[in-house]
Amino acid sequence: MAETNQLSVRNQSGGFLGNRFRLTGVQKRETKKFIVAMLFLLPSLFIFTTFTFIPLVRTISLSTYLTDPIGRPTVFAGLLQYERLFSTTTFINSFSRSTLFVLYTVPTTIILGLLLALLGNLRLKRISIFRVFFSSTIAVSGATASLMFLYLFHPTIGSLNYLLGLVGIEPIEWLIKESSALPSVAMTSIWLQLGLNTVILLAAMQGIPEELYESAMIDGANSWNKFIHITIPFLSSTFFFLLVVDMLASFQTFTPIHIMTSGGPMDSTNLLVYSIYREFYFNGKYGFAAAQSIMLFLVMLVLTIIQFVFVERKVFYE
Amino acid sequence: MKATPKPLRILRDALLYLILILAAAIIIYPIYSTINISFLNDSEIASFPPKLFPSTFELTNFQRALEQAPLARYLLNSIIQSSLVMMGQLLTASMAAYAFSFINFKWKNFFFLVFLSTMMIPWEATIIPNYLTIRQLDWTDTYLGLAVPFLATGFGTFLLRQFFLKIPHDLYDAAFIDGCSHLRFLTTIVLPLARPALGTLAVYSFLQTYNQYLWPLLITNDESMRTVQIGISLLQDEERMLFNNVMAGVVLILLPTMFLFIVSNKQLIRGLTAGAVKG
Repeated sequence: MAETNQLSVRNQSGGFLGNRFRLTGVQKRETKKFIVAMLFLLPSLFIFTTFTFIPLVRTISLSTYLTDPIGRPTVFAGLLQYERLFSTTTFINSFSRSTLFVLYTVPTTIILGLLLALLGNLRLKRISIFRVFFSSTIAVSGATASLMFLYLFHPTIGSLNYLLGLVGIEPIEWLIKESSALPSVAMTSIWLQLGLNTVILLAAMQGIPEELYESAMIDGANSWNKFIHITIPFLSSTFFFLLVVDMLASFQTFTPIHIMTSGGPMDSTNLLVYSIYREFYFNGKYGFAAAQSIMLFLVMLVLTIIQFVFVERKVFYE
Repeated sequence: MKATPKPLRILRDALLYLILILAAAIIIYPIYSTINISFLNDSEIASFPPKLFPSTFELTNFQRALEQAPLARYLLNSIIQSSLVMMGQLLTASMAAYAFSFINFKWKNFFFLVFLSTMMIPWEATIIPNYLTIRQLDWTDTYLGLAVPFLATGFGTFLLRQFFLKIPHDLYDAAFIDGCSHLRFLTTIVLPLARPALGTLAVYSFLQTYNQYLWPLLITNDESMRTVQIGISLLQDEERMLFNNVMAGVVLILLPTMFLFIVSNKQLIRGLTAGAVKG
């Protein structure tokens, strides 16, 4: 009796102690896991904090200050820079030119991308060669594309006007005239983005189940019916995705402007990012440029949120 | 399948090929004309009508492009910058992706959201303070300034994590019973299995960095530290440089990316279709 009692006591106390040790053991293990995980995340977190999160806050704070010519904040200015955005022509001009640029480039890129993807999706021999050609612009940088088009548009030696002349089109003063400069830069951007759009649409098309087309064919649908009632609806989330991606890219356009037009003629191609660059890098107006970047950030944030709410949901449904 | 009569099918295919060739010709024309001009001599480029085909394949323009501008140096700078960024991103992203897929730690979801949020902050919103930081650190005209801000990637972490999650957890359990450490498990089991995803990230980040423009433009002033994209665009401003020399330069700096495009087409396209999120 006594022995069993003792045993059970020991058991109990053992269990009790064990429980206490296990609890702290679990906590210890949790802490250890957390520390190990942090060690793995640390390099990334360090870079993100230094070059993304803190700078974002600094941009916001910079936009509420007047600065000296090398970017040091001097006088707190509240929302003065934002008032200036809307009371001077610089921002209003570049914002409206950027919006126009987005309207020129985005729909055209998606429609042309769709046409190329449809061609690339044909069941023909050697089609993969054409796919490589259609997507080739993804390997071209903004700078090299700008130089290529700068030559094509060249008033005396460019071959574009000559080729158009062969089919009876009068020479165009591409980058020289205020009315045609922005569309000309837009052509460059469209060409540059076309490869990516084609590749993404082609990938999406190849994901359409073959049975859909087969059953449509049994029902006597022709190619046009199949395109309208199967292909287009199936690609709707891809279209939306591209719409947002292309709009973001288009709002961020800088390279072709810097190389081809320097914002001219008459500020007609002075797009947002180019204006930000010019204001802080050349004019030393850091606060004003920061306020412009924040506006750009807000536009892009709204676009990203729209994409998240609409596209991500759709993608999850599928 | 409804059978189309044979002659009709041949006619239809011929028509489709014609459209395909026409479309490919239009798309490829800017690249073609660049290559064409790079072979023309000084009098040929100014002739009218413009010469649409080279008559000789002389390399004079390439030679001049390399001699008159330190193109080789620009190329070296770009390759060093892109390689540093690529290796850095592979390292930081695989470490972070490992923690997100194999360790169950507190606030994991919060930290993952922090990583994802970096994809939504456009580069332009941070560029002014970053430029000031680099100037303050005296990192202008250095490889550090060109590479360090890009050493971490939210997108790359996300891409690798998706792949790591597919690795069977049994492997993890077995390795840990054998007393394997996290670092050893990552390097000896996870990374070798994840080679396709690492390849995608490598190609993608190399190309992105090689094609950068605004950042190197801001932080390099010294000619010896310029990257190719900036170097080539400045060539065009120089009086003595004719278009055929500039275009020869363009062809030279397109070669590495075209090579990458052809050799690793699959990885690149996989990266782009996943990575387009960033815009």
